[in-house]
Amino acid sequence: MKKPTLILALAAAFGLSLSAAQAQQNLKVGVLATLSGPPAVLGQQLRNGFTLAVKTLGGKLGGLNTEVVVDDDGLKPDVAVDKAKELVDRDKVDFVVGPIFSNILAAIMKPVTDAGVILISPNAGSSSFAGKDCNPNFFVTSYQNDQIHQVLGQYAQDSGIKKVIIIVPNYQAGKDAAAGFKQKFSGEVLDEMYVPLGQLDYSAELSKIADAKPDAVFAFLPGGMGVNFVKQFRQAGLADKITFLSAFTVDESTLPAQQDAALGFYGGANWAPNLDNPQNKAFVDAYLKEYNAVPATYAFQAYDAALLIDSAVRLVKGDLSNKDALRAAMMKADFKSLRGSFKFNTNHYPIQDFYLVKVAKRPDGKYETEIDKKVFSNYGDAFAKDCPMK
Amino acid sequence: MAGTLVLVQTLNGLQFGVLLFLIAAGLTLVFGVMDFVNLAHGVQYMLGAYLAVAFYGVVGNFFIALVLALLAALAFGLLLEFLVFRHLYGRDHLDQVIATFGIILFLNHAVKVIWGAAPLSLPVPDLFDGSVVFMDGLRYPIWRLMIIASGLAVAAGLYLMVTFTRFGMLIRAGATNARMVSALGVNIERLFMIVFGFGTMLAGFAGIMIAPILSVEPGMGDNILILAFVVIVIGGIGSIRGAFLGALLIGLVDTLGRSFSVDILRLAMAPSPARIVGPAIASMLIYLLMAVVLYLRPTGLFPARGR
Repeated sequence: MKKPTLILALAAAFGLSLSAAQAQQNLKVGVLATLSGPPAVLGQQLRNGFTLAVKTLGGKLGGLNTEVVVDDDGLKPDVAVDKAKELVDRDKVDFVVGPIFSNILAAIMKPVTDAGVILISPNAGSSSFAGKDCNPNFFVTSYQNDQIHQVLGQYAQDSGIKKVIIIVPNYQAGKDAAAGFKQKFSGEVLDEMYVPLGQLDYSAELSKIADAKPDAVFAFLPGGMGVNFVKQFRQAGLADKITFLSAFTVDESTLPAQQDAALGFYGGANWAPNLDNPQNKAFVDAYLKEYNAVPATYAFQAYDAALLIDSAVRLVKGDLSNKDALRAAMMKADFKSLRGSFKFNTNHYPIQDFYLVKVAKRPDGKYETEIDKKVFSNYGDAFAKDCPMK
Repeated sequence: MAGTLVLVQTLNGLQFGVLLFLIAAGLTLVFGVMDFVNLAHGVQYMLGAYLAVAFYGVVGNFFIALVLALLAALAFGLLLEFLVFRHLYGRDHLDQVIATFGIILFLNHAVKVIWGAAPLSLPVPDLFDGSVVFMDGLRYPIWRLMIIASGLAVAAGLYLMVTFTRFGMLIRAGATNARMVSALGVNIERLFMIVFGFGTMLAGFAGIMIAPILSVEPGMGDNILILAFVVIVIGGIGSIRGAFLGALLIGLVDTLGRSFSVDILRLAMAPSPARIVGPAIASMLIYLLMAVVLYLRPTGLFPARGR
């Protein structure tokens, strides 16, 4: 007679723990980012920014207890698809936040959004999902990729720069960068250098740049490539004569290695750590305290993604079952973005301000980008008109 | 103007070649003398750079850090030899490839756990933190000249050692027929260990010397390892002279190819297709060169004698 009682007791205990678990966590968010390989720094910034937001909000988003599941996509689209399916099917997450890279975004878009789960990209902003393939379950808290390159092109155009050399890696994003820059810059492009992805020594290119004597260089060399190019550009003495314009080449993820070599170099961004508003000051201080590093855009955009979820869940009063209401609440973007002015375009990409940013040394000895001037105000991307969503 | 540019680019190519030589020299010795395929040679280059950064952080002097990092790289190489490689000498190449590939994965990750994934940097030592002006508007860092000088010095030292010392004779003999050397009463295991440690130290030295110019990051040795293999295949496996000339050849062909392919193509085609085709051809050049060499001289340009 002992067995049935035991089973009963077990069942009761199980039931108890189940209901306890349900009461404890009623919001689950999957974070999918590149956390291994050379670009791991970017993914770590994303993860840190998001978890910091959840922590700051007392472990609750929209008043619901929140569990965050972090996964590494390894910068491999096939791995990312498996991880995304795991998050959706096994972990039953309500939101997926990620990724860093556009090729990963393309891979996880269908598995996540087809399952009715909302995908928020805190970095990758491909043109493909901004236009006719825009998706009701997909939101972006960063920008459309081309916009950053356009910032530099516009600045070069406005500031009287006449001759430019463009240097980018020889792959799709590199070609897009060159095209984005040239959309806004109508001066003379002396040369476009396409270097192999991952090239580390730029002595040959630097000699050619010195020989051609441009007014400015526009570089899109993310990660370790940028660290090397910036250091060698400075060592070759070109920094004194040639304006250094760049996208994703000098930011808080690479500055710890570039240090003084990058001082005074320009980038383009929708935010900078010194952007003057109270919520941003609090964020940068908290991030510094928690991780002993200056946050980059990856961290701030992930932080904003958490604020976005928080605001939307609050608006629907924690009822996640009605997806139409939830999406409508997301579109309102009823939160105080760290960048100040923020609203969604019809294609769920942001309409926001863009700045020229400049590398500077902080009083504490660390390095950061600082706002130099505003280049675009309330700037939306050009693809939104092709998006059928209204 | 064009003449100076070619000259500067030649110097760039020379510097790249010398760096490749430092890595390829160790690789060709280990491959040639011990018949051991060591894919982990590239991570030892990375390790040299990381150790230099770490020791520089402690002592604050580049040259003390250089010596400490060299010793540490040597010690670590010998430790790896003792723990792992020693057990693989008798096995076939595939086993060696798999085991040393495992070491690449392990060390790349270990470095990330210890020092973090973000790239690190090492300042150029003050003594050489100047530059020379070869052409208008371009300062050529003295440190790059130092790399060339130290590489040439290592090459000369190796040449003297291999040609004129008893140890060098053993290396040459080992590269020709290791079993016979062993049968003649030479402690071949000790010879192997010394050769291996030496090769490791050279790779570490290359990593230390390049650290002030390149960023120090996980995986930095992976690409250069492939080039080092191309160098020893072109130069002839086991041959120091081959590694030296092969490395300079690769350095020059790669650098000059990258610099001038687009300009040369522009003579024959429109600028915009030249921009697309040029970089593609430039990155293929060294492999084309390798294919041609292998076709004409299957044992490489300067094979170790008797092979």
